[in-house]
Amino acid sequence: MSHAIQERPVSVAPRRGPLSHARLPRWTPAAVAAFSIAAGIGIGLAAGWHSKVQWGMLAALLFVLTTYAVTTKVEGARQAKDRVATSLVWVCFVLAVVPLLSLAWVTISKGMAVLDVYFLTHSMNGVLDTEAGGGVYHALLGTIEQVGIATLIAAPIGLLTAVYLVEYGGGKLAQAVTFFVDVMTGIPSIVAGLFILATWNLMLGFGPSGFAGAMALAILMMPVVVRSTEEMLKLVPNELREASLALGIPKWRTILKVVLPTAIGGITTGVMLAVARITGETAPVLLLVFGTKLINPNPFEGAQSSLPLYVYEQYAVGTDASVARAWAAALVLIAFVMILNLVARGIARWKAPKTGR
Amino acid sequence: MATTTPDIQRNRRAKSASRPGDRIFSGLSRGSGITLLVIMAAIAGFLTYRAILAISKDSTSFFTTFEWNPAGNPPVFGIAVLAFGTIVSSVIAMLIAVPVAIGIALFISHYAPRKLAKPLAYVVDLLAAVPSIIYGLWGAIFLVPYLDGLNQWLDEYMGWTYIFDKSGEGVARNLFTVGILLAIMILPIITNVTREVFLQAPKMHEEAALALGATRWEVIRMSVLPFGRSGIISASMLGLGRALGETMAVAVVLSPSFLISGHLLDPGGGTFAQNIAAKFNEANEFGRDALIASGLVLFVITLLVNGAARWIIGRRKEYSGAAA
Repeated sequence: MSHAIQERPVSVAPRRGPLSHARLPRWTPAAVAAFSIAAGIGIGLAAGWHSKVQWGMLAALLFVLTTYAVTTKVEGARQAKDRVATSLVWVCFVLAVVPLLSLAWVTISKGMAVLDVYFLTHSMNGVLDTEAGGGVYHALLGTIEQVGIATLIAAPIGLLTAVYLVEYGGGKLAQAVTFFVDVMTGIPSIVAGLFILATWNLMLGFGPSGFAGAMALAILMMPVVVRSTEEMLKLVPNELREASLALGIPKWRTILKVVLPTAIGGITTGVMLAVARITGETAPVLLLVFGTKLINPNPFEGAQSSLPLYVYEQYAVGTDASVARAWAAALVLIAFVMILNLVARGIARWKAPKTGR
Repeated sequence: MATTTPDIQRNRRAKSASRPGDRIFSGLSRGSGITLLVIMAAIAGFLTYRAILAISKDSTSFFTTFEWNPAGNPPVFGIAVLAFGTIVSSVIAMLIAVPVAIGIALFISHYAPRKLAKPLAYVVDLLAAVPSIIYGLWGAIFLVPYLDGLNQWLDEYMGWTYIFDKSGEGVARNLFTVGILLAIMILPIITNVTREVFLQAPKMHEEAALALGATRWEVIRMSVLPFGRSGIISASMLGLGRALGETMAVAVVLSPSFLISGHLLDPGGGTFAQNIAAKFNEANEFGRDALIASGLVLFVITLLVNGAARWIIGRRKEYSGAAA
């Protein structure tokens, strides 16, 4: 390409008019977008399409095509390609935002209809599927206990594994652990549930309990904790370790008193994000905890409930009252997860390790 | 930093291993690492053991049978329908999600105004945390009715393609809808990983291209996309892993049946994970073994997909893949 440019004599003189191409005014994309949306709605109405999805898709298509046509006419082929790419990227963005906004809106608006203090403080004991009322207390309690136990199992193992990988690792074993932690991140939650089912329930003969669910959740949580802790420990400057060791402090105390406290903000964030992730897991809970309408505060004995499982059960019942309860529980669940997320990210920002760079 | 750390550590280890506190602590942390490996091995081992128990009593071929009746006499069950449904729904999800995710990643990394880009990346992070059951609930109650019209339209005008031919009435609780829902669910993870790779594209290359008069699209095509190719592939495979193993959203949206149909818009079909969730409560102990057998197949498939993704990431040292 550069070859061709060199051979051609540079001739600015014969060209009349300004040096640059004709450009479309700045408001063109907005105008085209407005036109396409209007046309999409108009054609959709005229053709009598019921589904708004089609209206949107038509508008998106019109937007890209009109952009291409207008730009080719005014600015030339290369600019047209550029504009089309830009408009496609914007369309992708809108395509992704629309369902997500709708998800948030539907959950909040439908959930708020039922959600109140009564809902949070009562169980489903004695409430028929068809009648309104009842609550989510037993499920909330179950979720907190199961997630708590899972965290107690997974956080120490995950943390120590990360310490091993960063502070002691380097050999074949560390390589194997790194690889399998990565692979473990991708285990489908239902497979973790089946594993505990095969060992704890079928082999050892235990019945469904919150603890069984917690073990499956711990399996899902471990790799996430390892990954995030590992990243945080790698950020701790080596000078800190060396300074501590130079004072004659044993390595284990260096790790406990210098390395971990330096990274504690990030580690907390990682653990909380992992907790948020397993809170929403339904499949292992469905297999192992079984679900109940009653309050069962003992996670080691008998069936419990949990928020995601409650949502699933109430949806599956299918009456108006139960679906409304499902939405309310979904809102509780999403609020729980989002608060965990926001707090975790707040801590990360507040206690970001000083890397010294 | 990465190159100097191991050397220092090796020297340090030689001296410090003698103290009892050090020995206990290093033993503990090494033990945790080994525990993780043991768990992985145990998952593979126990699932295989229970699966063999089940498959050995299966009266037909496990891989080609179109039926799931482990309680029957003789027991008949096979994964053909599940494998088909899992693959089809995941492929639909990938076809939709990968281009859109690349678009969003480009939007965040190169197109969006700076003020919009940061909160947007944050929102995408949050979206990855929405529990799958909520996507399922939304999909079943909200998305399905909206897709009915689209399904009719596709049937009417694209019916000649065979796959969009809709034979009955039926609501849109089909593999196509499941694919769309899965696409929405795996968007955040694919977006996150690709965005991170795009942001690492060498600035010098981009500026050089711009200086030569390239348009923004040409800059992206010439310097960003080639750099990010392996990142895109591995991000897609991570997303594929999620889509393959997704349980609740599929279980809630799909109305399952044990038929293989190329008509994507007809309700029916099933996936591995959905079938386990749906059949679990009615299954006796042998039936649970049969479900474990199908879970083992799912485990192996996701293991291969994720392993491949990690291997592709691992070949590029610049990118750690930590965000996944």
